[in-house]
Amino acid sequence: MHRSDRWAAVLGLIPWLLVVAPLTMMLAALWQQGQGVLSLAFLLEDPSRAGRAGGIASLLLSTGWILAVCLAVAVPVGLGCALFLSEEVRPGSATDRRLGFALDLLAATPSVVFGLFGYQFFAITLGLGFSILSGGLALSLMVLPLMIRSAEQALRGVPLSYRRAAEALAVSRWGWVRRVLLPNAASGIAVGVILSVGRALAETAVLLFTAGYVLRRPDSVFDSGRALSVHIYDMAMNVPGGTERAAATALVLVALLVLINLLIRRLVRRPFSGVVR
Amino acid sequence: MTITLFLPSADRGLRWLLRLSALLSAASLGGIVLVLLWRTGPFLWSQGGAVFASGWHPGAGEYGMAAMIAGSLLVSLLALAMAAPVAVTLAAWLRYYAPAALRRPTLILVELMAGIPSVVYGLWGLLVLVPWINRWAPPGASWLAGSLVLALMILPLALLVTDTALRQLPPTWSRAGEALALSRFGVLRRVLLPGAAPSILSGVVLQFGRALGETMAVLMVCGNVVQWPHSVFDPVRTLTANIALEMAYATGEHRVALFVSGLMLISVTAVLLTLAWRLRGHQHAPQ
Repeated sequence: MHRSDRWAAVLGLIPWLLVVAPLTMMLAALWQQGQGVLSLAFLLEDPSRAGRAGGIASLLLSTGWILAVCLAVAVPVGLGCALFLSEEVRPGSATDRRLGFALDLLAATPSVVFGLFGYQFFAITLGLGFSILSGGLALSLMVLPLMIRSAEQALRGVPLSYRRAAEALAVSRWGWVRRVLLPNAASGIAVGVILSVGRALAETAVLLFTAGYVLRRPDSVFDSGRALSVHIYDMAMNVPGGTERAAATALVLVALLVLINLLIRRLVRRPFSGVVR
Repeated sequence: MTITLFLPSADRGLRWLLRLSALLSAASLGGIVLVLLWRTGPFLWSQGGAVFASGWHPGAGEYGMAAMIAGSLLVSLLALAMAAPVAVTLAAWLRYYAPAALRRPTLILVELMAGIPSVVYGLWGLLVLVPWINRWAPPGASWLAGSLVLALMILPLALLVTDTALRQLPPTWSRAGEALALSRFGVLRRVLLPGAAPSILSGVVLQFGRALGETMAVLMVCGNVVQWPHSVFDPVRTLTANIALEMAYATGEHRVALFVSGLMLISVTAVLLTLAWRLRGHQHAPQ
C-alpha cells in the first residue's frame, strides 16, 4: 500500500466525524430538551395556552388532513404525468426535455415561492382563505415533481419484453397499463408516494401563509389548521417557554420520518437506494 | 405502441387523461411564474430599479433589497464553501477507503439526514448553535450560525450526488490504475475526481440553489437584521426570511415587494438549474 493511501485512509475519519458528530449532537440535544414532555398523553391531548400546555393531537389531525389533500392531487396527477412520460414521450425528444426542465425547475423552486403562489392563487383568487385546502393544494404542487420522477423511474423499470409481449398479443393500451404496467411498477410507485409524504411532512414555509396557524381541531378542509412543522417553528420563535414542546414535537416528526425511511428501505429491498427525497 | 385506426374508447380516454395530467404539471410551473409576474408587473414597470437600492423601509415606501440579496448570497456561499469539500472528500473516502462495515451505516445515516425537516435543523441551531456562538461573539444569531446550519443541510445531498457520480465512472479506470501500481490516492486525484467533476459540480450548483431558497432554518438562526454584515458574527436577513417574516402583515406595495423577491428567487433558481443541466449535458438532475 502506498504511503499516501495509508494517510488518506486515516485522514478520511475527519470529514466522517464532521458529518456524524453534528447529527448525533442534534438528536441528543432534541432528546434532552424534549423528553421531559414526551409521553402518550402528549400525542393524545389537544394543546392549550397557545401550545404551552397540553399535547399535539389537533396538530396531528391537521397534518393528516393537509397530507390527504396534498396526496389526493399529487398522486393521480403525478402518476398520469409519469405514464405520459413513459408511454407517449420518446426519451431525449424535445417534449421530454421541455417537460423535464419544467419538472426540475418546479423541484428546485424555493418553498417560500410556493407559499407566495399558494397564498395569492388558492387563498385569495380562488377564495379558499387560510385553509387546509389551500395548504394541501400548494403543497401538492411542491411534491409533484418528486412523485412524477419516482413513478416514471418505476414505470421505465418494467422490462421491455413485457411490452413486446403485450404488443404481440394486441392487448389494448388501457389493458396493458392496467393489467401489466401498473401492477409491475406498483412497489416503485409506492416508494414515490411515501417519498412525497416525507417531503410534505417536512415542509413548513409553504404552509405558513396558506394553511395558517390555528391550533384547534379543524372541522373541515375549509378550516385553517396548523401542521406539526409550523408548530415547531411557532413554539420555538414566537412562544416564550415553548422550546421544550417544540423539541418534543420535533422528536415526533423525526420519528415519523425515520419510520417512512425504513418503510422505503423495505419496499426498495436494496441495501442503498440512492433515491432520497 | 400499436398503431390501429380505431383506438378503443378507453384507450382514447386514457391518452387524453395522460396528456391532461402532463399539461397540469407543466401548467403549475407556468402558473407560479404568471401569478408572480401579474402581481409584480406594474410595480416593476414603475420602480423596478429601486429594488436593488439598499434601504429597506417599507413604511416609507423604500423597498431596496440589496442588503438582503447580499445576505442570501453570503450565507449560502459560506455554507457551500464549508459543505462541498467535506461532502466530496467523504464520498470519495467512503467509496475507496472506508471499511464496508462503516460505509453502509454512514450512507443510511446520510439519507436520514437528508430527510430531516429544515425547521428541525433550525430548532437545533436555535437551541445549541446560537447560544454557543453567543459565548464567543455575541449576539450568536448570525451569518455564521446560518451558514453552519445550511452547510449541515446541504451536505447529505451533495455527498449522495458525489457518490452516484463516482459509481457511474467506468470501473476500468480504477482497475487500470491498479494494474499500473499507482496509488489509489493518485488515481482518485488525477483520474476519478476529474472524471466525475462535471456531475459533482452540477450537484453542487443545485445545492447552492437549495441553500439560497432555504427559509425556515435561516429564519431561525440568522438574527434577521437588515444590514450589510461586517463580520461572520453579525446578524443578517435573507430574502427568504424576509418573505416569511413580513408576509403576515404586509399590505399594498409592501406585499408586492415581497412578491418581487419571490420572482427574484425563482429566476435565480432557473439560471442555476440551466447551469447544472449544461454541466451534466442535459441529463435529468437528481432530486
